[in-house]
Parts: sequence; C-alpha cells; structure tokens
Amino acid sequence: MIKNEYIPFPSTIKEIIKHTDIEYTFRMSYEGEVKPGQFFEVSLPKFGEAPISVSGYTNDSVDLTIRKVGKVTDEIFENYVGDKLFLRGPYGNGFDIDTYKGEELLVVAGGTGLSPVRALVDHFATNIDEVKRLHIVAGFKSEEDILFIDDIKRWEKTSNLVLTLDKNENNYLAKTGLVTEHLPNISFDDISKTVAVVVGPPMMMHFTVLKLLEIGFKEENIWISHERKMCCGLGKCGHCKIGDTYVCLDGPVFKYTEGKLLID
Amino acid sequence: MGYIIENKNLDLLIDKLREDYLVYAPMRYKGQGEFSDTDSIRYGEIKKASDLELEAKSEHTFKEILMPISETLFYYTEDEVKVAEAHNTKEALVFVRSCDLHSLSRLDNIYLNNGFGDFYYKRLRDKLKFVLIGCEKSYDNCFCVDMETNKSDKYAFSIDIRDGKAYFDVQEEALLKYFESVESQKADVSPLYVTENQTRVKLPSPENIDVNFINDHELWREYDKRCIGCGRCNFSCPTCTCYTMQDIFYQDNGKAGERRRVWASCMVDGYTDVAGGGAYRKRNGDRMRFKVLHKVYDYKKRFKDNNMCTGCGRCDDVCPEYISFSNSINKLYDATKGGRDD
Ligand code: SF4
Ligand code: SF4
Ligand code: FES
Repeated sequence: MIKNEYIPFPSTIKEIIKHTDIEYTFRMSYEGEVKPGQFFEVSLPKFGEAPISVSGYTNDSVDLTIRKVGKVTDEIFENYVGDKLFLRGPYGNGFDIDTYKGEELLVVAGGTGLSPVRALVDHFATNIDEVKRLHIVAGFKSEEDILFIDDIKRWEKTSNLVLTLDKNENNYLAKTGLVTEHLPNISFDDISKTVAVVVGPPMMMHFTVLKLLEIGFKEENIWISHERKMCCGLGKCGHCKIGDTYVCLDGPVFKYTEGKLLID
Repeated sequence: MGYIIENKNLDLLIDKLREDYLVYAPMRYKGQGEFSDTDSIRYGEIKKASDLELEAKSEHTFKEILMPISETLFYYTEDEVKVAEAHNTKEALVFVRSCDLHSLSRLDNIYLNNGFGDFYYKRLRDKLKFVLIGCEKSYDNCFCVDMETNKSDKYAFSIDIRDGKAYFDVQEEALLKYFESVESQKADVSPLYVTENQTRVKLPSPENIDVNFINDHELWREYDKRCIGCGRCNFSCPTCTCYTMQDIFYQDNGKAGERRRVWASCMVDGYTDVAGGGAYRKRNGDRMRFKVLHKVYDYKKRFKDNNMCTGCGRCDDVCPEYISFSNSINKLYDATKGGRDD
C-alpha cells in the first residue's frame, strides 16, 4: 500500500514569534529530517492549505514563518488559538548545507525570501569556519517589514552583513536602497569563485542575478529558489509546473543555470 | 485466445462478467448532448449488451473512473482526520479505444511515477482491467496514427462487433472462463485498428525547441482572443491530470467537513495564482502555449516516454471556439522547423 501523503498530521504550536503585524514565525513540534528551503503544507481544516517554507529547525521543531496574505494564512493568524495546526511535508529539495561548505558565500535575500534561507545563513554564521567568508545582504521595504532582527544582529558579528531598506525614513540603523545597489560595494576575496544564493520576489531575484553576473559572478555559482503556487507538493496537481520541471519536486532550489530555463 | 460470439448471446456473457466485475463502457445518453436533439456519449456502468455504444466516439473519457471530477480525500473534525472510502471497491472492466489505452500510461506516469505515488489513484487503479474496443474507422479529428497510439497490444480482452457477431481476443487468462461458459466459437482474432487518419500532425523535434524563442513566438497571439479560457479542452482530455484542493465544511456543524480534490484546468483563470496576488500566464495564448508544449514536448522530455497527447482529438471536438489542437501542433512544427532564423 502506498503511503497516503494527503493526510496531514497535527503539530503543536510551541511558540509564536511576532516579527511584524503580518508576519509571525510559528515554532511547530516536528521530529524528522528537514532542510532549509523545503516547505510544509500547513492546513487549517475548512480553509485549505498553504505552502510555507521552513525558516529554521531543531531536533524537535520546525519554524514556519507565515505571512498573512491569503485566505488560509489570514485564518491561521486569526484562529491559531487552540494549540495546533495540521501539517504535511516536508516537500521539495531545499538547500543542501554541504554544497556551500568551504566556499566564499554570498546570500542575498529580499523580504520574506529570508525565511527559506534563514536556517542556511544561521548555520554558517554560527559555524563560521565552515565557510571561507560569509557575506549577507538582506533587504526589506521599510523598518516595519524587517524579519528576524535578533538573528540579523547575531549574524553581523561573524559575517559581512548589509541590512538595507528601500525606504529608510527614520534613519534606522540600516543602509538605504535596493539590494542590487549594495552588491558592487562588497569586497570579495575572489568574485569568480564566490557562490551566491539569491531568494526573494521574482523581480528582485531577476535584477539581483543580472547584477551579480555584471560584477563578475559565474552563472554556475549562483543558486536561486523559485516561488510557485504549490498545491499538492507531490508532483500531481500540476500547478507548479514550468516546462518539464515540477517546482515542488525538482525545486524550489535550483542552480541558476537550470533555473534560468524555467520561463513562463 | 480468440472467440466469436453471436450478438444475441452477448447478454449472457455480460451477465457472467457482471457476476464478478463492474463493467464500464461508453453509453449513449439520449437527448443529453450539447445541442437539443443530440445525444451525449459518455461512460457509465452497463447492464446489458445493448447499453454498449461502440459505434460513436465518446466525448468524455474513462478517466472519471480513476480520478473522479470531485473526489473526497478525507473527512475532518476538530481533532480527527478520517480517510474517505473509495467510490468503487469492486473489480471493474473498462472498455476503451486504443488511444485511450495509451492515455492510461500517461495517467500512470503522473500519478504513480512522478515523485510520490498517489494513494487514491492507486487504490482505484488496482481494481481495473482494460478492454480494447477495436477501431474499424477513424473518427473526426483523430490523429492517433501520427501519435503512434493507433495500435495496442496489451489488454484484458479486445472487442469488435460486426455483421451481427462479436469478436474477442482474450489475453487475460483469468477471464477465459467467462468466454468458455457461453456459446462461442474459437477463432483467430485480432482487434481492428486504423492505419490512417484524415487529420495529420507533424511533431516538432525536441532538439528544435528553444523555449526562449518559442515562448515569445507570435504564433500564440492568435489564441489570446480566440480562446475563451473555458477549460473544456482539458476536461475532455484523457491525459490531463491537474486538480485543485478544496475544503468544504458542513453547515450544521462548522467544525466538521471534508477536503476534496477537483479537476483543474491550466486554461482557466486562477490556475497559477500565488498567495498575495501574483499570477503567471495571464494571456490565453500563453496558456495555449503551456498546454501544447506539455502535450507534445515537456512530458516526453521528463519521462523519456512517448508524447503525452495520444491524438484522440476530443479537445478539437469540444472547443466552442473551433480551435484545433492538431493545427496548433502543426503551427508549432512550422515555427520550429528552421529554428530561430526560419
Ligand atoms: S490533447 Fe487533445 S488530442 Fe491530445 S490526448 Fe488530449 S484531448 Fe486528445
Ligand atoms: S476548449 Fe477551446 S476555448 Fe475553451 S479553453 Fe480550450 S482552447 Fe480555449
Ligand atoms: S505543487 Fe502540485 S504538482 Fe507541484
């Protein structure tokens, strides 16, 4: 008998971390293998499911950073009282930490794009001797939109970190401007060998990659994560398909050399 | 083993088969067609030989038996989830033509071989045996010959009816006894198949497809206006498998309900919507491009198999705008023939 992948399991909410008015991290009980950038289908019976990427994990928990932007997520925010949510997953390939070991690594994240790479960044910022160097560029719209500020402050101690805001009206302790504007100012040891991970909204990823190529990054050293409407997460429903690729199975993390062929 | 049975004795055979199997086949539903005074040909459970409609082409396919239009996956209450029962737990025989028998392998690939195996599909699939309906002639819009689906070699048994007699080639040994139990004559039988269609397609060779070039090609723009995005082409297609999940809750008890999956169409608005308002392929021509490439390029590339499209021509039969899928394949062929400089 094939395992019934559609049946969600109940998971206890251990903690809720409020980042902004519309972005909370739900720390959920979960024991099992999981990688940064993989996703769970989170459901609230009656309202359906939403794909949420893993923003962190421990031996007995996963962090799901949920943004209140749709029917399901609205309800999760309003009705999470009670102490559990239903989950299935993890799905997708996720980031493989070993791939980046020993490299000079640049992570560029825009907005909620920081969630799927948070655990990856956290791993290397904590174990900094596992990489040659770590550069982080995190961009948000404004001061109110900043996610994981405590982590960012911690990462700053071991990495070369740029926090930037599109609009920085109150002169918050961050730079101003889009992430792309800061890339040329970073001093890399060897740009032609530096590995980059780029995650964020489609436009942000597009322009970031263009900028990286312009300043000397090699295509094959760039990794991206694709945002798609994942519905089943199982390679069945078809919603995430681009060309011959099923983002839920083959992605969401791709080498740019493969990911750039996914055009829609 | 081949058998010939007089038509008048067919009911007896069907009765015997029905003792152990549900029998699904194309049936004629009088007056239920699209236009007044037309009939609808679709699948149903037959009870007697005269229920069988083996003359006309069915506008709906057998896939509803394997993947119901709306299928309940589980029921839930506040803290419990209960798997829904299958709509069919009995063994069944399904009568299909050659193109559709090939279509079955496309469904199997998506539901069983693409990443995870599908529990709900598998439990229905395991109950089914397939009966090949021979094709004496090609129907309107069929292009099975060019898609190489005109002939099938594996089936439980085949059936051809002509001159008051039914001809069977029985491959599945477990079924021989039913044919032995009625008045029948042993003979060499092989199912009929067509060797030419009026509709022809030329398939673009995969190495000529450059997605950057073809995605932007003006050939798709014709469909921006012509196609109304109704999705009928997908719903009538024996190889379309997409669905969307839906949660339903019961009026009288807001805490209980069920999760279903219902057929979805890549041609209909909303298919690619992402949370927060993004959508891809907004123009109908882009959706047409997505569908055509899936059917005659992407699927084959992924599964190193045949093309997904089996040339049944139903999408052409049902399109309210008279958009011809076979034409669009030929247009794609022309556009890719000489590559970028053509
Ligand atoms: S795409 Fe059209 S011709 Fe091809 S299998 Fe589907 S319905 Fe039949
Ligand atoms: S049936 Fe015709 S009009 Fe309707 S979505 Fe398909 S191609 Fe478009
Ligand atoms: S999310 Fe359903 S096929 Fe990928």
